Amino acid sequence: MRRFLLLASAEFRRQSTYRLALAAGISANTVFGFIRFSVFYAALVGAGGTIAGYDRAQASTYVWLGQGMLAGIGLVGNHEISERVQTGEIAIDLSRPIDLQLSYWAREFGRAALLFPARGLLPVIIGAVTTGIAFSHSLSAIPLSLISMALAVSISFLLRWGVNLISLWTIDVQGYTSLYLLLMSLLSGFYVPVHIFPAWLQAIATGSPFPSMFQSPIDVMSGRVVGSAAVHLVGVQVVWAAVLVVATRLMLWRGSSRLVAQGG
Amino acid sequence: MTYRSSFWINTVNSFFSGILEFVETYVLLTNTPTLGGLNFAQASLVFGLANLGWSLADLVFGQSDNIPRYIREGKLEAFLVRPMPLLAQMITSDFQLRRLGRAFLGLVIAVIVLFWVHLDFNVATIYLLITTPLYGAAIYGALFVLAGGLQFWIVDGSEFTNSFVYGGSYAGHLPGSALLLPLRVFFTFVFPVTVTAYVPCLIMLGMPGPAWLPAWLGWLPPVFAAWTWLLAAVVWRRGVRHYTGAGG
Repeated sequence: MRRFLLLASAEFRRQSTYRLALAAGISANTVFGFIRFSVFYAALVGAGGTIAGYDRAQASTYVWLGQGMLAGIGLVGNHEISERVQTGEIAIDLSRPIDLQLSYWAREFGRAALLFPARGLLPVIIGAVTTGIAFSHSLSAIPLSLISMALAVSISFLLRWGVNLISLWTIDVQGYTSLYLLLMSLLSGFYVPVHIFPAWLQAIATGSPFPSMFQSPIDVMSGRVVGSAAVHLVGVQVVWAAVLVVATRLMLWRGSSRLVAQGG
Repeated sequence: MTYRSSFWINTVNSFFSGILEFVETYVLLTNTPTLGGLNFAQASLVFGLANLGWSLADLVFGQSDNIPRYIREGKLEAFLVRPMPLLAQMITSDFQLRRLGRAFLGLVIAVIVLFWVHLDFNVATIYLLITTPLYGAAIYGALFVLAGGLQFWIVDGSEFTNSFVYGGSYAGHLPGSALLLPLRVFFTFVFPVTVTAYVPCLIMLGMPGPAWLPAWLGWLPPVFAAWTWLLAAVVWRRGVRHYTGAGG
């Protein structure tokens, strides 16, 4: 366990060295936040005030919590593993006396521990001051939000990990990662909330793990779902995380048995 | 063409990405009759024209996204010693087929929308339909170059410049009236992306503009394009001069 904590804290420090990139990311999140709120709000005005339970305050909350969490959850993550497969370094990684997946997972938490406050706080504060944010009134929402966020980080990691592992079969995964990005950004509720999707699209989204990595923690935090409904939502996240752990374990096991290190 | 499966998946992707961006407009307009005063067909016209302009600009200048990587890996020196302007080399360094597919899709979407939305086809409309994507491409292209120029100062800050280029493109695909007033002013008079589709569409549709965005601005894309290129040229030239190498 201690090894994984060390990895997590090393990643925390690594991320914190890029200060200019941090500032850049915050400003990017904020600009996008304002544009996204504008559009959602314009739609609300057109629809006469509310859409699927979203009023002005809830719309603003959805947008700004999303902008705040996006870096922490690692929506647009790295492709390190697939690069290491391309260079052949994966063979060395696999022979290390530490579980490959768990070590990357631990680093993911280290990254999230820095990026949630560093990248998230300012956009959320700016949003709260300008267009307003409503948090859940329920007390149980605080622990549930934390659990839900940790699960979102894990699900996001596991999905990206799975896409990266495709590189064990086909070397160039860039096409798969961009396809993943497209599907994820739509179905996770990142562009527009899953709740306002037309029925057919909503059915596809709820059958996928994507809402669990973005829409669910926002729903819990903003108080859109409370009590047993919130617990149920977190339960769905747990199930997805478990399914993805099993699936990616299988992939790594099958893939590494046929691994041929590139470049001799 | 060596990586055959990845070529195909890339083609599928560029097709999807053109459509998926549209899904946001679609989802919002299944929930509301009008977005910023435009109905679904009208908002799609804005999207279609902006998308065509954007994909043309991406075809030519999209490569400037790689400047941060060139700087970090010290590859920029190789470009700088060659007797050709740096920008021209950036444009030609890695021509990508998938970008061509994207631009073609942009054209297809724009044509489909034209059959759908009811326009009064007179000389003015036809003139605007032809010139809008071209000036749009010029404006988006200038944003790419501007962002590329800024990279010389902030080495790992591609996210910052992305917020202007991609945020600008995002705003440009939407009805300008849907933007909050400060954003509307910013994205018209500083980074004039609303001019790449929305404002000319107002003239074509015979609508008055929202506050700060009178429809007659739709005749002025050349002025806005000139302004963005002036801005881009200044930043790019100063950026290249500022560049001192990456320890090579």
